[in-house]
Amino acid sequence: MKKLTFALLVMLIGLALIAGGCGGDGGTTDGGTTDGGEEAGGEEMVFRYNVGTEPETMDVHLSTGIPEATIMLQIYEGLTRLNEEGLPELALAESVDVSDDGLVYTFTLRDGLVWSNGEPLTAEDFEKSWKRALSPELAADYAYMLWYIKGAEAYNSGEGSADDVMVEALDEKTLQVTLEAPTSFFMSLVAFKTYYPLYQPAVEADPEGWHTSADTIVGNGPFKMVSWAQGQMEFVPNENYYDADAVILDRMIFTMVENESTELTMFETGEIDMTHTVPGQEIPRLEQTGELHILPYLGTYYYIFQIEKPPLDDINVRKALTLAIDREAIVENVTQGGQLPAYAYVPYGIPEPDGVDFREKGGDYFAPDVEEAQRLLAEAGYPGGEGFPSVEILYNTSEMHKMIAEAIQEMWKQNLGIENVTLTNQEWGVYLNTRDEGDFQIARAGWIGDYLDPYTFLDMWMTGSGNNNSRFSNEDYDNLLREVRMTDDDVARMEMMHQLEEILMEEMPICPIYYYTDPIMIKDYVKGYVNIAIGGKDFKAAYIEK
Amino acid sequence: MLGYLIRRLLSALFAIWVVITVTFIFMHLIPGGPFQTEKAIPEAIKENIEARYKLDQPLHFQYLDYLGNVVRGDLGPSYKYRGQTVNDIIAERFPVSLQLGLLTFIIAIVLGVGAGIIAALYQGRAPDYITMFFSTIGISVPSFILGTLLMYVFAFRLGLLPAAMWGTPQHIIMPAVALAGLPTAFIARLTRSSMLDVLNQDYMRTALAKGLPRLRMIWVHAVKNAIIPVITYSGPLLAAILTGSFIVENIFAVPGLGKHFVTSIYNRDYTVILGLTIFYSILLIGLNMFVDFAYTLVDPRIKLMGSKE
Repeated sequence: MKKLTFALLVMLIGLALIAGGCGGDGGTTDGGTTDGGEEAGGEEMVFRYNVGTEPETMDVHLSTGIPEATIMLQIYEGLTRLNEEGLPELALAESVDVSDDGLVYTFTLRDGLVWSNGEPLTAEDFEKSWKRALSPELAADYAYMLWYIKGAEAYNSGEGSADDVMVEALDEKTLQVTLEAPTSFFMSLVAFKTYYPLYQPAVEADPEGWHTSADTIVGNGPFKMVSWAQGQMEFVPNENYYDADAVILDRMIFTMVENESTELTMFETGEIDMTHTVPGQEIPRLEQTGELHILPYLGTYYYIFQIEKPPLDDINVRKALTLAIDREAIVENVTQGGQLPAYAYVPYGIPEPDGVDFREKGGDYFAPDVEEAQRLLAEAGYPGGEGFPSVEILYNTSEMHKMIAEAIQEMWKQNLGIENVTLTNQEWGVYLNTRDEGDFQIARAGWIGDYLDPYTFLDMWMTGSGNNNSRFSNEDYDNLLREVRMTDDDVARMEMMHQLEEILMEEMPICPIYYYTDPIMIKDYVKGYVNIAIGGKDFKAAYIEK
Repeated sequence: MLGYLIRRLLSALFAIWVVITVTFIFMHLIPGGPFQTEKAIPEAIKENIEARYKLDQPLHFQYLDYLGNVVRGDLGPSYKYRGQTVNDIIAERFPVSLQLGLLTFIIAIVLGVGAGIIAALYQGRAPDYITMFFSTIGISVPSFILGTLLMYVFAFRLGLLPAAMWGTPQHIIMPAVALAGLPTAFIARLTRSSMLDVLNQDYMRTALAKGLPRLRMIWVHAVKNAIIPVITYSGPLLAAILTGSFIVENIFAVPGLGKHFVTSIYNRDYTVILGLTIFYSILLIGLNMFVDFAYTLVDPRIKLMGSKE
């Protein structure tokens, strides 16, 4: 009898396993050939990309991450869409009329726009969506991306009403927006996900959860999501997209593999066609394969000097430390991902109105110069590093940050004779907290641009800005920033931003180290994709050529 | 029996309450918060977010509010995965971990007990040395090494199995084997030593003297007695294995629950930390109770406390 009970128990466990294995959502992801009929005879053109992580949210207004930006770029579209150079091209908008003072934008939508479900898409969808993104109840992180619109900040801060937000659908096809101040990059901003329109009936039906399932996500982009389960998303072309003819792929599969080595194995076994990153230590080997691509990425890796803490309150110390770092050695021997040594703050990749890159025009603000560094250090009262107080480099726990900090520690010792540099690592959340509280001397940091304009790098060093962990405060800088915001002269604006950067590099509240890159693996047969330097990849016109 | 059950349930509830309270306190002691990002957000937006998630309320209020929701079975919204509730996350991911965990458990029990019995029966001879050799390796090789090795051989070199992802039976094999390595080895050693104890008992000699068939003697008299420590171990083992493993899930891109046990802490995703802790506690306490009942099934000498009739 007892034996029977025991056997029964084992059988029950077995049954549960089998039931679990067959039941539920196992079927949805495996429909590899269900749509094969479309391309009678021809082989289906499938593209597989590893987006690298489970999206935090698919609500375009709540999302802040870059993986999500890539996913959303395939299924949504704004008034404009960024091209390869990062410049906006008209997308849902057919034309735009800007008032002489640069404040009023009147967009005319294309004829016959529809959502992926066939319902008409109107200017009102934009108005409602933008007001939703701004509503204090939604509490979107990136709502401030819309603060350029008149009345937006007040409404979002709970001090105004939605009716006072100056975005208005004049008729089905016309959207009028009035800005707080002339904003030369507004045409790029409207390509950003926070400015995407949403299909209102779906949002109204389930305000919290509409974006958690492929069944309820209604988009307007080149593709539509057909399934999202078990760490994988599947897309097919959106036949209702106005430019559907430009879409070549038959199907796209996005996996969400986080482990970099696993991702690389999947690439090498042919399970995916493009990775989201590569393990740093593999780069030298992967360079030989010809499939490693080092794509541009609009970001800078730098150290922050907490300028209220001695000895970093002394500008000569800050300059000496900055000049004594061999950045070439760091990118060649430590990071090895094709990063560019940074001798200024704003990275490459931002074109000025005349088409020249902002960085190329601005040039380098300093060069590695050990002798000058030693002289400055002596001037600060520490000849040969003698008597230099102990300083600590803070970084968030990561092998790469540690190796960079160790290299810099060694360079300061070799070049300046500074012996007592210590390293401290903290877990991400703790590290952010320490930085915010200013409870550090030198901290590692990185900044990725939100939009293609130097302003996204420069405004954070305003006195009292939440991102200004250096506690830098300079009246000229603050005044210039204000002028940049108010002017509608694009050329003068860029000139002012060069001056801003000059002040920053003169005062050295930060020490630039390198400009980021985005090293990924791409199979040779993948063509036509667009990499967007502020994050995200556009597969609208991608195709496979085997 | 009923009294015993009620007492066990009450003490379980008390234990869960303690777990919630202690977790709540420790969680809020860690510096940082769920909505901290490298890019500082304007104060007004921060206030919106805190108001939305009631984080602007005093802590004791948040605590009581949370307890109230838990009693109603609502574990709250995730702060990091906006739009998803903790209940959603568990409902979506636990079935995956359950499948993988049960297969792992079956592999561990079948192979572990089998190997342990063989080793004990052939004590001091080749089969004993071979099984103990492998079980030493199984205990000392961590799952991520085993997993990486499996992937290298079966996916990269031989191309027999997909490297990672989930959804077909092929996907489950490597993570299950990687996870089963350690418990299999441990169970084999456990079974071997308790089998050896039993085999040296007088009643075994009696059975032998009586002329019982060897197989019957081993199965009915020896194994049933020797299995008790394995049952004890399988309660916590099941609870741990069913809630997923961060490392193995990460390597094989298994969309299970294990990831959230770790990342929720990095993210300061308070509701997810608490929700998963509660979920794990319930599972652990439940399985331990189940193990206690299982003893009485296997060994009639064991009586549950207070269940005198």
